[in-house]
Amino acid sequence: MSRLLKQHPSLAWIALVVLATLCSLAVVWAQKSLSTTKVAPAAKSEAKPKLHPVTIKPGPATPRLDTGLRDAKGDAITAACSTCHSTTTPNTNRHTAHDLFQAHRGLSYAHGNLTCLSCHNAKDYDTLHLADGRSVAFPDVMTLCAQCHGTAMRDYLHGSHGGMNGHWNLTQGPRVRNNCVNCHDPQVPRSASPRMRRPSLRSPN
Amino acid sequence: MDEFLQKHYKELTKEEIATVITRLTKETKDKYGADVTISDPQPQEGVKFGYALNLSICIGCRKCAEACHKENNHDRPSHQSYIRVLSRCRRARSISRKAMPTTTIPSRRRTNSTCRSNATSATGPPAWMSAPSRPPGRKRTASSSWTTTGASAAGTAKPPARITPVVSTGQKPSIPKEEINPVQAYLSNRIRPQGVMEKCTFCLHRTRNGRLPACLEACPTGARVFGNLLDPKSEIRWVLENKRVFVLKEDVGTKPQFFTSSTNRTLRHLPHS
Repeated sequence: MSRLLKQHPSLAWIALVVLATLCSLAVVWAQKSLSTTKVAPAAKSEAKPKLHPVTIKPGPATPRLDTGLRDAKGDAITAACSTCHSTTTPNTNRHTAHDLFQAHRGLSYAHGNLTCLSCHNAKDYDTLHLADGRSVAFPDVMTLCAQCHGTAMRDYLHGSHGGMNGHWNLTQGPRVRNNCVNCHDPQVPRSASPRMRRPSLRSPN
Repeated sequence: MDEFLQKHYKELTKEEIATVITRLTKETKDKYGADVTISDPQPQEGVKFGYALNLSICIGCRKCAEACHKENNHDRPSHQSYIRVLSRCRRARSISRKAMPTTTIPSRRRTNSTCRSNATSATGPPAWMSAPSRPPGRKRTASSSWTTTGASAAGTAKPPARITPVVSTGQKPSIPKEEINPVQAYLSNRIRPQGVMEKCTFCLHRTRNGRLPACLEACPTGARVFGNLLDPKSEIRWVLENKRVFVLKEDVGTKPQFFTSSTNRTLRHLPHS
């Protein structure tokens, strides 16, 4: 063998090229076989019935403060949070509505040891903020609640917390789920919203 | 099957079922003046219904009981419903003591009213059914059916707590025409004669079509979880695997598919009544 190679060195090159082509062919074949196995589950999932969506009701839109004034039509004049807050500097020493002099007086507030700015964003009052400072739009408030209320969120994600409507079988129809603040008052979470408290007076046992 | 039924019964053909449904629809029109649609939904393949109620979350608002009352076309004056809400003293450690059905809103002293559903979808006969003598304190109507307004009787060893004065069989429940739920099913919420014992069907006219039961949709708290027990990814399976789950009156042997769960120390003792 070595003598043959010494006599014809080009043979070694030919052998190398043949080996290389064989290898590449093998790789191409392997890729093909892999891609066919990949296709198979995709075809299976197509055979599965399409699942209808589970919609979570969005939280309330960015709130506006009632100024107590009326316009010509008699409608209440409201102001965006940033209207006043853009001209004032946030006072981090104020912790509750009792400490305030101008707006938000008389606001009932009892949410643990949190202060207003634990959730409201001092940099942009038309949004909220997470513990790490990232801002969250008002309708996406559930991300904010879930920071502390992990167990409630866990149960929610497994469908065992929060009211819902629609279908248990998502192959047959969609489902609509409540947002945290649809039922809980974020300012005073202990006292449930009227939605949870109002039972009809003459109903069966 | 024929041997079991001893040729006393025969299975209806599709045409015969259609005849029965037409007759029932006509009867409802004649008696109540309401146009209703009675269907006969069939069970889904590979589905076994399960229901769980989390007593830690339930606030006792009784919306479920009210929804059941309306959905299932129950008799209005008796406030019949398959669900009973028990009010108990805040200090009571077990719902079996000092617990009583309530029609009032949860008060401060008797707060934390515990909601108990009688929706024990039993899969077997209760123990007392095989008893030779009739259970004590139970009255019989002319048609030999136990008279009760609650659905609880099917899952209880003791006689149900709610026994109404004997109602003659065939007496029709009184429901105003406009309050009748027109979406009805032969086996569930069609208007049924009074004096016959019945129990919750898990709203089969809804659930066999994939919808959630009426009481669950009415619940504002999400204490109720309904789903397919055979689906390992279903919510009900998650509850059964991850919560403290009790079954009421398990010893009766009816294999109820209604589970009571708890997340905190609200229930420190197993309820039994």
